[in-house]
Amino acid sequence: MPAAATTIIKPVSGWQLLDLKGLWQYRDLLYFLSVRGIKIKYAQSVLGVGWAVANPLIQALLFTLVFGELAKLDSDGTPYILFSFTAMVVWTYFSGILTDATTSLVANRDMISKVYFPRLILPLAAVLSKLLDFGVAFLVLVGLLIYYQQMPDITVLMLPVLVLILVLTSIGAGCLLAAVAVQYRDVNYAMTFLVRLLMFTVPVVYSVSVIPEAYRSLYALNPMVGVIEGMRSMFLQTRPFPWEWVATGGAVSVVVFLVGCFYFRRVERHFADLA
Amino acid sequence: MKDTVIEVSGVGKRYRLGSREQADTLLGRMGQLVTYPLRNFRELAQRKNFGEDDESVLWALRDVDFSVRQGEVLGLVGHNGAGKSTLLKILSRITPPTVGQISIEGRVSSLLEVGTGFHQDLTGRDNVFMNGAVLGLTNREIHQRFDEIVDFSGIEKHIDTPVKFYSSGMKVRLAFSVAAHLDPEILIIDEVLAVGDLAFQQKCLGKMDSVKEKGRTILFVSHNMSAVEGLCGRCILMDGGTVAYDGTVGGAIGRYREGSLLAAESEVLGARTDREGGGRLRFTDVRLNYGGGVYAGEPLLLELDYEATADIPSLQVAIKFSRNYREVVMTLDNRIQGRPLSAHRGHGTLVVELPALNLIPDRYLIDLWAGTSTVAEDRIFNAATMIVLEKDVYGSGLLPQANRHGFFIPPACSWETARVTAPNP
Repeated sequence: MPAAATTIIKPVSGWQLLDLKGLWQYRDLLYFLSVRGIKIKYAQSVLGVGWAVANPLIQALLFTLVFGELAKLDSDGTPYILFSFTAMVVWTYFSGILTDATTSLVANRDMISKVYFPRLILPLAAVLSKLLDFGVAFLVLVGLLIYYQQMPDITVLMLPVLVLILVLTSIGAGCLLAAVAVQYRDVNYAMTFLVRLLMFTVPVVYSVSVIPEAYRSLYALNPMVGVIEGMRSMFLQTRPFPWEWVATGGAVSVVVFLVGCFYFRRVERHFADLA
Repeated sequence: MKDTVIEVSGVGKRYRLGSREQADTLLGRMGQLVTYPLRNFRELAQRKNFGEDDESVLWALRDVDFSVRQGEVLGLVGHNGAGKSTLLKILSRITPPTVGQISIEGRVSSLLEVGTGFHQDLTGRDNVFMNGAVLGLTNREIHQRFDEIVDFSGIEKHIDTPVKFYSSGMKVRLAFSVAAHLDPEILIIDEVLAVGDLAFQQKCLGKMDSVKEKGRTILFVSHNMSAVEGLCGRCILMDGGTVAYDGTVGGAIGRYREGSLLAAESEVLGARTDREGGGRLRFTDVRLNYGGGVYAGEPLLLELDYEATADIPSLQVAIKFSRNYREVVMTLDNRIQGRPLSAHRGHGTLVVELPALNLIPDRYLIDLWAGTSTVAEDRIFNAATMIVLEKDVYGSGLLPQANRHGFFIPPACSWETARVTAPNP
């Protein structure tokens, strides 16, 4: 038997540090919850994980038809399907997080009110289980790139950084929304259409070139802009690698991550009473 | 290892009660409709911010102090709303206290409900892992115990079937099996014994006993008094958010039942109409030992207030004690005992003294009968309830128990083994 650790339970108030030790102790729960998220999602479906491919692919095809063929939007000189699918891979992941993480606490309120575990695990698991979808969609992207004989640039080495920005932003935004949604269920309802709306704030269907030069640095405050444009640059060579946007996005993503996590910590003590 | 494993000091928990203001005019209602989101927002925002002495504030727990020693099995009883569940939620870190501090040595597992984290679409196997992880086990620990868990649940055949195809009994069995194999230093259990069929319950009780034998500390909350009696060595009675009693199991259960009857019989005896008889004499109140505790083997003093509308020269009174509403265990009758009584017109009190109440600690109902040799004047069922509290009658530290040793406490006997002639070599 390991040496008994002393736990002190007392009133908590104000801002708290992240309980990294507690998170580490419950890492297996994080793993099981992430796996559960994947298994539940594809249970009793014929396509199963194929939906992770079908979803962004069908959307990208639709966009290609509507925006590329009919509206003839500028795609920075690359096939529109590649142009939009590259962005869709990123956006499907991020928007999925926004909706999944938001509901993660309310959906698991039985667990919250019955057992103790670091609450942060719930939105984290939502973020992690979506990574599978992201990975699968990414493989499809690689397939498309091979089909269109597109060679990635040397800046592809920056891919892990882009993914990191994506994940940090997702965790931060997910935690923030989840924490607010426990108290105000309106968030859940608002997210369904907000996500659709938000898609037009990032260059998914259109090219950044439609944004006036003067506003671009403001535009890049959205971390997704740097990620999407960075991906397009390294895979499709649409433009030189947007270092400035990626740096701005990176900084913002760290801020979002910290704000999200700390706000979550601040309000998590009320979850069992409110959920 | 320290002796005290749980130390609760000055713990309190405050909740805000929902308040609803309602306008009573149509115009007011329409106005409310418009401002509804705004008021709703204020109400929701306030749920966690409220003042100390707000009227809508409820203290679910207040000034709770107690400590639990290593290896102790502590029962926690109390009526609904007494604060048991809130206390357990604080102890298992689900919600923080508003004031006070608790220090706990060792790993705590709490079973506030079995099957937490179960998901219908996952197989039994997946759910075992999921549930184990939720309850704080690591992946490795679950792997080590997996066969044992499945074995205990008795559903090996269906372990790879999604849980939604299970019967509710199977689900509960699987969930409890996971819980039973947690093996923490401190186990908090809330009402989980009420699951499954009798055979499985026996299995669970056996498992709890073995946990107990390993010297683990258990906090057990239940409404099942015989389970509390059978498992616990000490018991806390909660009432109105505070600790009302902390001591022997018998004492706590006795008070628990006293409380339950006080609530049930708030009606004044004199005002009761469910009585029979001529009515020339009516009992108006019953007091036991001047309102103090009634202890096994100790004297019992009964005071019966009555109101008579006429003089009754030869009065007969019978006081019947019964257990479980039907099993009469003793009757005090002045005619049988050859003690004549008479009552005069007006209010009076009949005092009955019993030198030793040789009843096993339990709850007894008292029926009253008064009349003459020919006619009944007053007959009232369940006139009062008597809780006989535990007392070390024999000075041995051991007590006869209500569910095992009948109802009568015999006087101490003389015991000896007679000398037997030695067997022939």
